Amino acid sequence: MDIMNVNPTRMQMTKLKKQLVTAKRGHKMLKDKRDELMRQFIELVQENKRLREKVEAELAECSAHFVNASAVMSKKALDSSLMSSKQQTGVNVGSKNIMSVDVPVFTSVSQSPEKNDIYPYGFAFTSFELDDAVTALNDIMPDLIRLAETEKSCELMAAEIERTRRRVNSLEHVMIPRYEATIKYIAMKLEENDRSSRTRLMKVKDMLLEKAHHYSQRNE
Amino acid sequence: MAKSIAVIGDSESIKGFGAVGMDMFVCDEPVSSPQLLKQITENDYYAIIYMTEEIFEASAKEREKFAEKAVPAIIPLPGVRGNTGIGQRRLSSFVEQAVGSDILFKN
Repeated sequence: MDIMNVNPTRMQMTKLKKQLVTAKRGHKMLKDKRDELMRQFIELVQENKRLREKVEAELAECSAHFVNASAVMSKKALDSSLMSSKQQTGVNVGSKNIMSVDVPVFTSVSQSPEKNDIYPYGFAFTSFELDDAVTALNDIMPDLIRLAETEKSCELMAAEIERTRRRVNSLEHVMIPRYEATIKYIAMKLEENDRSSRTRLMKVKDMLLEKAHHYSQRNE
Repeated sequence: MAKSIAVIGDSESIKGFGAVGMDMFVCDEPVSSPQLLKQITENDYYAIIYMTEEIFEASAKEREKFAEKAVPAIIPLPGVRGNTGIGQRRLSSFVEQAVGSDILFKN
């Protein structure tokens, strides 16, 4: 593992040790965040899958109804029947915070005169197939809106999970080992300095004693 | 605050959506869809934009900048020409991005 370009001093080591503790704590927290995000994401994705399958099947049915309607009505009549709508569908946009990801919450607000009065045309010149088609489409509206909500949430959460995973990995495999290696390097360097100064002191002490007592001459 | 819902697609696929109160934007040429999407998203009026699959594919580049934003949600729907499976592929790409491998659809 490569080490950081730092001075091998005691102060630097204390600083690095503090940073290592922070990094480890951050790593643990990010890991927890990732796990929780993942749990919620899987739940959401499963719901999304279910909704999509349902909506796609129902839309196919709807298209079939429209095809049937266009078979018995002229294109002009069909288009003009659908041209104006009685209801105005909109959504209120709220937001929900899932583990620091802001996901949208859509609540449908539709302004229709009456529940059974959704057809934007008179019944005299239109086929019942068209009624079926419009009813079917009206029925899947809540699912369509819910689908939009979950799919957008999944998209946002997938991006956040990827980011968090990268951070966790970078801390785990790069930052923390690098801190540890650098601290070990400084500790060894300090010990080495310690030993070298100790031997130097012993040597100097020997020399001073020699000067004072003249041991080597006395032994002769 | 209430926002509206838009639908973009060929006239055959989306004609019903107008009847249930969504705003229709007919786009019979997928090539011109990025331009249309740009216009629609300009004043932030729509919260959800449904698209037929052809349009969804054709406007991939224009859609990119909304990937990180909460609104608008751009959602592909199958048109009258049938389902090409874009929705499912999109979902599995999210799973792959998050988990690392597709654990939901791989079986």
